[in-house]
Amino acid sequence: MAANFAALRSKVELALAGRVAAPFNYRDRQRVVTVSSGIPEIDLLTGGLPRGALTEIFGPSCSGRTSLLLAALSARTAQEEACALIDGGDAFDPHSAEAAGVELRKLLWVRCRNVEQTLRATDLLLQGGGFGLIAVDLSDIAPRLVRHVPLDSWFRFRRAVEDTPTILMLLEQESNAKSCASLGLRLEAGVAGWSRMPVEGAAGCIEDYSRLPWGWLLEGRSARGEVSRSRVQKGDAGYFRGGFAAAARVANEGIFRTRMDWDFFSLPIAVKRK
Amino acid sequence: MAFAAIHVANFLVQAVLRAESELRDREKAVALVDGTAPLVSVVAANDAAWRAGIQLGMAQTQAQLCGVEIRRRSRVLEKAAHAALLDLGWSMSPRVEDHAQDTILADLAGLNSLFGAEENIAREFARRAAELRLCVHVAVSANLEVAVHAARGFAGITVIPEGEEARHLSGLPVHTLTPSAEALETLERWGIRTCAALGTLPVLELSERLGQEGVRLQELARGAHARSLVLAEPAEILEEEMELDDAVEDLEPLSFVLGRLLDQVCARLAARALSAAAIRVRFDLGDAFEKEAPVREKNARAAGARVETEAAAKTYEKALNLPVPMRDSKMLLKLLRLQLQADPPPDAIVKIMLGADPARPRSTQHGLFVPNSPDPEKLELTVARLAKLVGNANIGSPELTDTHRPGEFRMNKFFAQPNETRGRGKASKKSASGGNGDAVARRPATGCRIFRPRLAARVELHEGRPAKIFFRGLYGRVMTASGPWRTSGDWWREDAWQQEEWDLEIQFDGGNAGVAANVPANIHAIAPVQDAKAHMRAGLYCVYYDAACRSWFVRGMYD
Repeated sequence: MAANFAALRSKVELALAGRVAAPFNYRDRQRVVTVSSGIPEIDLLTGGLPRGALTEIFGPSCSGRTSLLLAALSARTAQEEACALIDGGDAFDPHSAEAAGVELRKLLWVRCRNVEQTLRATDLLLQGGGFGLIAVDLSDIAPRLVRHVPLDSWFRFRRAVEDTPTILMLLEQESNAKSCASLGLRLEAGVAGWSRMPVEGAAGCIEDYSRLPWGWLLEGRSARGEVSRSRVQKGDAGYFRGGFAAAARVANEGIFRTRMDWDFFSLPIAVKRK
Repeated sequence: MAFAAIHVANFLVQAVLRAESELRDREKAVALVDGTAPLVSVVAANDAAWRAGIQLGMAQTQAQLCGVEIRRRSRVLEKAAHAALLDLGWSMSPRVEDHAQDTILADLAGLNSLFGAEENIAREFARRAAELRLCVHVAVSANLEVAVHAARGFAGITVIPEGEEARHLSGLPVHTLTPSAEALETLERWGIRTCAALGTLPVLELSERLGQEGVRLQELARGAHARSLVLAEPAEILEEEMELDDAVEDLEPLSFVLGRLLDQVCARLAARALSAAAIRVRFDLGDAFEKEAPVREKNARAAGARVETEAAAKTYEKALNLPVPMRDSKMLLKLLRLQLQADPPPDAIVKIMLGADPARPRSTQHGLFVPNSPDPEKLELTVARLAKLVGNANIGSPELTDTHRPGEFRMNKFFAQPNETRGRGKASKKSASGGNGDAVARRPATGCRIFRPRLAARVELHEGRPAKIFFRGLYGRVMTASGPWRTSGDWWREDAWQQEEWDLEIQFDGGNAGVAANVPANIHAIAPVQDAKAHMRAGLYCVYYDAACRSWFVRGMYD
């Protein structure tokens, strides 16, 4: 048996001579460095975002892709890393980004108008190098258009980012990069979190809080994440929820709106602040 | 104390050859002509041209018959060559005198410790001059005037030891001392042709016949004329100019000229150990040959470039502000090309003036604990290419403006310089709070995607609250509404705003998404995910009523 195996091995080596140097030598894969995505539940699920690899995040509208993007940008810029966002649909909101903790001065925002521009801009940025995170946001592009992007584009991006400390993050509605992605994460929308709050006129009546008429306040929403592909760590379907805080807002006699972070637990304090 | 005189022999020709490398490299015979037609005559020529039979004052038509290259004398190029000569002086010594257009003097005090003997210093001057495309004669002496006359009189490098000035100058012709025409004629009549002969004349008799000039000339001839260095101030902006024989309209041929000018400017910057903080280019424009020229001019104005129209000449200016000082001419050319491609000059170019604002070169070493960031020079090129792709207004770093107006921000130029003072401390603080070194402890915020331009919507109200909404061809039922969040401002301006904003959970397929109804009042935690698929067609939107135009719009979507 052993003799047959040795003969077979030498036969294969002979056949591949000149083309493959050592076909039976195991090439140890380089250790993948991962960093926090900014959401502990996602880190627990995926092991973090891999550097030098393509991470694909896909899901329908309102599934939390943008929240995850902002969390990742926040985590990277907090580490003084330069980040770039190639915005395929020009949908980025700097206000919510700052509320999420993104240091905007460390962010290069490229506002594109179509898929071609987005891909070209990605090429240019990858060639330039030096960014900690490059996010390509194709979330607002119709899936049929993104589907037409040839697979070699994703392959090219993957090769361009290999052996660099850059995290290449791709956001879409459907998975398109397939095997070019080292990490695939499917997101699904969860439920929105609403809570009651005193409606207009509450500011002057906080002494008798219980008698006020109550309205709804958007507190946040949950999302479900599932690892569809991972070369980083054996992935399993998992959940994260309750991660996203509500948009920042405080009612001010119904006239002004501030950019203060809304914290539900400190509602009376927030109202007093007015 | 020693001084070096650096002299550019045949300055007029060298100034022209410095800009035309092909002529210089092939050592072609070149004659310069000047004057107004028909009295255009030869004013200078190189050795090859003299050998070919060229003579001073020869008419241009005669000179052409000798088979030499004919060029017009260019005062612009002479000015640039003179500036380069001064830069050569400042590259070695901070104390430089601008003696003449073709000659400078530099104080060599302190240079021995850097370059060794005075002969080595002189060689270094010659080497650096060659980098600036100038061929110079260098003379070193303790006496300023002796150094000047030796540089003018002797080719190559001359070092005159102290006390031997008269001996070294003795063989020089008298005209090297630049006497007046009358004095020179008188001396020639006397048979005095060399400095040695002039130095032996009795002072009193010389003074009686030639006056003070005679005494001064004799002092110069003996190497005894003493004076101090008159310092020149370095120019704030380095400039190079070029006049084009034929007007250039296309960017491709223009790139060659710009590249040449940039090479010269960068060489001068390198000579002074400086870099460019900004590059300014000004084109003198000729007559427009194309019918659409007015349209192009209008476009150029719209793009922010400065076009000045005067009675006779039009100019077009462009400034390239660099994030970090650079002196890589190839990189600068690429950036300049990208700028000109995005915003080309409206007319044909007849003259180019290129200037560089000098600045100290950046230090390349950052803190050990500062994360990698894009190379500033490479980043500038990448950003310029991206700007060409998506437009200048669509790239940069967003900055929130100091206003409550919804969605207001401005785009700034992106710089990727790491904050060295904060890098270590901040990262350490974060790593202390996070488990794996960079986890962010705070709860992530809900992201919002903005619809640009805003989406018009039709909203049906029920008891003052949105109940149904129509936009993008979709019909949706409002499951939960939070609002109104009223904002207004800038009432004193024409673009004042007054809005009522609502956060809406909308069910588009009419399915059961009554999540809110299931959430009891005062429940602070977000409800658990029960069946996410049931909410696939539901969405959270930010909708507002614009009181100014009495219409509803969808601002964005919470994602």
